[in-house]
Amino acid sequence: MVRYITVKLLYMLFTLFILATATFFLMKVIPGNPFLGEKKLPTQIYNNIMEKYGFDQPLYKQYLKYMNNLIHFDLGTSMKSTHLTVNKIIHSSFSNSAKLGIAAIIVSIIAGIGLGIISALYHGKVIDHFTSILAVIGVSIPSFVIGPLLQYFLGVKLGWFHVAGLKGPLDYIMPTITLSALPIAFIARLTRSNMIEVMNAEFIKTAKSKGLAKSFIIYHHALRNAILPVVTYLGPMTANIITGSVVVEAIFGIAGLGKYFIDSVTNRDYTLIMGVTLFYAAILMIMRFCTDVAYVFVDPRIKLSGREGNA
Amino acid sequence: MASNTRDSLQAHSSSLEWRDDIFRPDDFEDIDVYRSPGPDLQRESISAWRDAWLRLKSNRMAMFWLTILLIIVIMSIVGPLLTPYDYYTNDLMNTNKPPSAEHWFGTDDLGRDMFERVWMGATISLRVGLFAALIDLFIGVIYGGIMGYFGGRVDEIMNRAAEILYSIPHILIIILLVVIMTPSLFTIVLALGLTGWVNMAWIVRGQIMQLKNMDYVMASRSLGASSARIIFRHLIPNTLGPILVTLMLTVPSAIFAEAFLSFLGLGVQSPAASWGTMISDARSAMTVFPWRLFFPAAFISLTMLAFNLFGDGLRDAFDPKMRK
Repeated sequence: MVRYITVKLLYMLFTLFILATATFFLMKVIPGNPFLGEKKLPTQIYNNIMEKYGFDQPLYKQYLKYMNNLIHFDLGTSMKSTHLTVNKIIHSSFSNSAKLGIAAIIVSIIAGIGLGIISALYHGKVIDHFTSILAVIGVSIPSFVIGPLLQYFLGVKLGWFHVAGLKGPLDYIMPTITLSALPIAFIARLTRSNMIEVMNAEFIKTAKSKGLAKSFIIYHHALRNAILPVVTYLGPMTANIITGSVVVEAIFGIAGLGKYFIDSVTNRDYTLIMGVTLFYAAILMIMRFCTDVAYVFVDPRIKLSGREGNA
Repeated sequence: MASNTRDSLQAHSSSLEWRDDIFRPDDFEDIDVYRSPGPDLQRESISAWRDAWLRLKSNRMAMFWLTILLIIVIMSIVGPLLTPYDYYTNDLMNTNKPPSAEHWFGTDDLGRDMFERVWMGATISLRVGLFAALIDLFIGVIYGGIMGYFGGRVDEIMNRAAEILYSIPHILIIILLVVIMTPSLFTIVLALGLTGWVNMAWIVRGQIMQLKNMDYVMASRSLGASSARIIFRHLIPNTLGPILVTLMLTVPSAIFAEAFLSFLGLGVQSPAASWGTMISDARSAMTVFPWRLFFPAAFISLTMLAFNLFGDGLRDAFDPKMRK
């Protein structure tokens, strides 16, 4: 177990290192910088700024400095809001994104598994077809379509919710629906097909022949096996929610990390772009790592080894 | 005989209420040993492709969505010819007009005909989907083919590299690449292609690993065929089914990514308009001119729905497990 976790952690650090190096050099490849913008700065001021950000140094020195800062969790200073460090921006904006993201993850898991089980138990009945259609719609309609439509119908036409902002608990409803539509659909499909497969397995037939109660069979035999694979979806789901949050925060005017990322991209604020990219990647990798470890705990059949399966 | 068994089963199950699904009637097959024709040895042999096509054809859902897809493709070419307008000419006397006989889908804030613009968006989406899928195919098949065929050390190293790429949120890399290369249709397609092939590579790898130990590959090798010949003549043609299915399901995610970027203002530049740009533009005036939002929203959803559902049907057609 220790070996397994250590190897995984080392790979994670290695991936982050590669990503940091790649983004660093990508940013250097782009001609110009944010200070060569609209108005031309006096040469003296321009040189001072270059010095402040260390751009006057040779490339390898800049790289080493950047890496050294990274090791100390210092992501540098924003190039647009020069009084703010990237750490501060992430620190102040991430709480909004995290609240929304966690709400979306909880809703997706509960609703997705619930819908999946219901449609598997009523396999082939009307309710199954209904949830299947719902799931396909959830997969196919992009978040930037769901969001504005919700705003139009629930916010403007019916007036149930505020169109934008994140002031009261009710304001979480529309962004959360927008964010969780895709994961709900995925989890529901996954749970449904697993549940149908498990319900046809020999051991369920045995349990039925023994005369066990239906509810007992569903909870103790079927469900456990059917929702196992949902754990593996946790990693991709985080990726989906990160992607979604970028759009959702723009649509609903929420000052979260996604909004800062878009701002940083449109402003070409390179330090902020690099910082947020690394931060997002780190979150995603940590989630994937937790998924891998959790899976070992929930499924005792998986043998521990430092290497991944070579199926 | 047959009906007797079934009747007694049903009688049995109705007395025990919930147990109606312990054994279902189709768990049993009544075979009359003396009259059963046995395996049909006279059946005409059909190729795997024909087999898949027959199954696809009998799947009404898949055929329906294939028809919708074809209609969208045809309309993206023919649609613009049906009206006297074009997608880029401003008409400032007729801005934000609701749908009418002159402007079927209304006009936008610069008086441009929305019907024209919706089909312009379709062209862009379909083109992005097609080319991104082709790049995926090209990189994914070669990379996955090499991984699967050589295995061992080569496989391990290449797999690690693919995993690193896979563990970074795609949309972030795409955004980075697009910003660096200045936003345009070409850069979007390139960025999508460069990041999206990992899935395809893994599918090809898995298939090739299964196939490479087959007898006919051994036969070919013992006759002195080169690795390239074995990969391209034997292994890849036999994995075409799963490749096609993956390809079909790549298209909607590419369409999504392009619209997503355009929505954020990183996509195709004005006057060209993608569905994402139109939705983003329409949002500010959504309460007053909702049709500007509805038409592009409806068409992107319909297109993605059609690709996803047709892709599902295609997978069922190629998946031997679905065979009855």
